[in-house]
Amino acid sequence: MANAILDIQHLKREFKMGSEIVRALKGVTFDVQPGEFITIMGSSGSGKTTLLNILGCLDQPTDGDYLLDGVNVKNLSRNELARLRNRKIGFVFQSYNLLARTSALENVELPLLYNSTISSHERKEKAIKALEAVKLADRMDHLPNQLSGGQQQRVAIARALVNEPVMILADEATGNLDTRTSYEIMSLIQDLNTQQGKTIVFVTHEPDIAAFSSRTVTLKDGRVVKDSKNENVKSAKEALESLPVNDDY
Amino acid sequence: MNVVNLFRIAWKALLRNKLRAFLTMLGIIIGVASVITMVAIGQGSKQSIRDQLSGMGSNMINIRPSSNVTVGGGARLGASSLQTLKVEDVDAIKEKVNFITAVSPGLQASGQAINGALNWPTTIQGVSPDYLPIIREWKIKEGLNFTEEDVKTMAKVCVIGQTIAENIFPGGQNPIGQTIRFGKIPLKVIGVLAEKGENTFGQDQDDIIIAPYTTVQKRILAVPYVQTIYASAVNEQSSDTATQEITVVLRKQHKLKASDEDDFTIRTQAELISTISSTSELLTVLLAAIAGISLVVGGIGIMNIMYVSVTERTKEIGLRMSIGARGIDILLQFLVEAILISITGGIIGVALGIASAELVHALLQWPILVSESSIILSFMVCAVTGVFFGYYPAQKASKLDPIEALRYE
Repeated sequence: MANAILDIQHLKREFKMGSEIVRALKGVTFDVQPGEFITIMGSSGSGKTTLLNILGCLDQPTDGDYLLDGVNVKNLSRNELARLRNRKIGFVFQSYNLLARTSALENVELPLLYNSTISSHERKEKAIKALEAVKLADRMDHLPNQLSGGQQQRVAIARALVNEPVMILADEATGNLDTRTSYEIMSLIQDLNTQQGKTIVFVTHEPDIAAFSSRTVTLKDGRVVKDSKNENVKSAKEALESLPVNDDY
Repeated sequence: MNVVNLFRIAWKALLRNKLRAFLTMLGIIIGVASVITMVAIGQGSKQSIRDQLSGMGSNMINIRPSSNVTVGGGARLGASSLQTLKVEDVDAIKEKVNFITAVSPGLQASGQAINGALNWPTTIQGVSPDYLPIIREWKIKEGLNFTEEDVKTMAKVCVIGQTIAENIFPGGQNPIGQTIRFGKIPLKVIGVLAEKGENTFGQDQDDIIIAPYTTVQKRILAVPYVQTIYASAVNEQSSDTATQEITVVLRKQHKLKASDEDDFTIRTQAELISTISSTSELLTVLLAAIAGISLVVGGIGIMNIMYVSVTERTKEIGLRMSIGARGIDILLQFLVEAILISITGGIIGVALGIASAELVHALLQWPILVSESSIILSFMVCAVTGVFFGYYPAQKASKLDPIEALRYE
């Protein structure tokens, strides 16, 4: 489809480990439409990390095509990949990856520092807006070690939003968080998807997280084994409300 | 990424590790400060030697007879007994040599300076009126210099040095207008010289009486020749040219054939200065070399820390790459960090170096001279050190694979 955000055709990725060739992806094909919230599931060794790296333009496929917003990533140089990551992708990591001893605001500003078309004034404005979107505008001067895990992940999401990417790529973004906080983050991501129409690709191995997305692609041994629309998307907000009040605090 | 952003990113990264940045800087600070201080001490001593020598008149040219003339049986005679220089030679030099400002005959005699019951053994120097103000650049503290008229009339006048004044006019008497005797000749004191102190060789330069050369030549020594000719070159650089011209003029005056040796020797103050200052030049170079080594050690310190920093911040590098930093952005960030460390260290080092040179001056009374060239040079070495030692760690950072860097623990 021409207007797909992600268009993946027969994607293969092989690694040389000494004399052996490890085939992590053996021909993966799917596409993602604008505004979709898709989870990529799979056990470890299924190739989901390799796929994530390629989707995030950190790695390039050995064979097959990957079109991100109409751009074929296959033949791009390191610098062109960097530019693509800067303009089109917002990363959210499992371990937040915020810069220590750097305020929330400055952390969020970071991607814009690598975009020379944005003035310092604009940069601050956009960063504040992104922090408002994750409801942390009142904490913008706090350092990462003064924030809870959930708050740190929200700062990371703000950082992913600040460059107005075509896709947010989350890698086990709730993996380090407890259930309640996970649901809070999922609720935030659902809001971004439904209210702001952000396309979200969420890599996870937890089925209950996948239940919040509208579609799930399951990988096994480097192939797509299941690609199904989720007919009744669970609301993270409702799930949050249904949790017992004094859960495990 | 623009330059301002680059510096902002690097500066923030340094501020996150203030103590480490400072300790790294310390190597550079000590290096630069020691270069500045050492060179200031070296240059200071050189300058002070130079000043002392210049006190004798830095452009002074000294012409003496030399023993080319063999008299009877081939024995050469000592210079003082030679009588080849004449007042006519002085006039010829004055007329024909271009690169001199003044020329004066010189005749010396030893004897007692007597004022009433007090006497003092000293030397009288007979010269022309240009000798004091132009050739020696020696000021008269009180009274006046003698004139051409005094030279013509062999006037019995003199200008006395401080040492004479103190010894035969004790207790602050005013010597001006008084008459003293040099040997048997009465001389009226018309001026007192400013104090000059000892020369480089420890001689008291103030122990002297200056009089018109005719007075000394005719009235005291009663000789037809002059012992020395003093001349003053236009400047230090023209000393050599003036020397050559004087040689030509004197050879012609003395009717020497092309095969004859010179019957005079010409010495310039510039020669003496360059001989002596080359010693202290060597000292300066040695001091600077030692200090330079410490600057290199400082640079290696930067390299070391930058390597540690790259390893430690691998994850940060991975993150920056994943959000769009190119290899060059990472390279420049680390390079600018290294340069910021070295330049900031350089600035502090320059300040510290000047301060400690001043301290040495204040505590030990050593002469110092903080030269601009040493500041500019050590500052440039600093910046180059930053680039040179910062480049390899920065390049290592920029070559990291973002996937591996992100997973680095």
